[in-house]
Amino acid sequence: MLDTQIALVTGASRGIGQAIALELGKQGAIVIGTSTTSDGAEHISQYLKEASLKGKGLAMNVNDLAQINNAIETTRKEFGEISILVNNAGITRDNLLARMKDEEWDEIMETNLKSIFYLSRAVLRAMMKARSGRIINISSVVGVTGNPGQTNYAAAKAGIIGFSKSLAREVGSRNITINCVAPGFIETDMTRSLSAEQQQNLIQHIPLGRLGQPADIAAAVAFLASPAASYITGTTLHINGGMYMD
Amino acid sequence: MENTDIEQRIKKIVAEQLGVNEADVKNESSFVNDLGADSLDTVELVMALEEEFECEIPDEQAEKINTVQEAIDYVNQHTSH
Repeated sequence: MLDTQIALVTGASRGIGQAIALELGKQGAIVIGTSTTSDGAEHISQYLKEASLKGKGLAMNVNDLAQINNAIETTRKEFGEISILVNNAGITRDNLLARMKDEEWDEIMETNLKSIFYLSRAVLRAMMKARSGRIINISSVVGVTGNPGQTNYAAAKAGIIGFSKSLAREVGSRNITINCVAPGFIETDMTRSLSAEQQQNLIQHIPLGRLGQPADIAAAVAFLASPAASYITGTTLHINGGMYMD
Repeated sequence: MENTDIEQRIKKIVAEQLGVNEADVKNESSFVNDLGADSLDTVELVMALEEEFECEIPDEQAEKINTVQEAIDYVNQHTSH
């Protein structure tokens, strides 16, 4: 379904990013997965290889424009122009606002929001030329509902949605679609850091009564990347077991 | 390189980028008013010129390039072609 496509997935060494990289690979895309560390990049190369999928891992910090340009250049030389970008990399620096440090705010904005600006701009030129392309940004249910202790994270994740809608309007005429996927609570390292009590509390607010799996998000991303989704742009797909309904 | 050559190259790029007939691309043609370019087209056009002539056109200069002749003048003045 995605044969001949080249997909760049940030934050692909584990969790949702890994599931997305594997799913896009299974659909036939060449997958470049990025991680902040070379160990992470190695792990990506390894799991792609084990699944007999095309592509590799690259070490790249999404806050660093030079590293981004470098990764795109490497990809271009080895495989070609990126036709699917999945901005998935993200971190949390939770704190109540009254106690939030400047760095906690700034780190979230840099990694979760500014990175999307950097990466989208970097791949857009080739997509405009090709008159096709897909950018899929991973937002969060928290960006829509809010969550105490996550003013920084929620602001960045809501920012991603506004960014995507604006860019969707800018480049729609070039047959480039920009969409978001907003995961609810998915079983990853990020949510495993919550206490059992917090998790139980969360599940009470999820109509489907369980946390989601990374594969649930990967399936939505693969759909948005596929030809079947060619008339969908500027939207946010909520994958959250019903905890928030649009 | 001859000026006429630059003119030809620019007209070819403009025609390709804006999807118009090369014969309709005159020196005095305005990208927006005569050739139907929108704002994204003009950005793409500048990017295409940058690529063709291996130069970087700063935003404040790019804003002043509104006609084919202005593009020709810019390239003549700012690049070694």
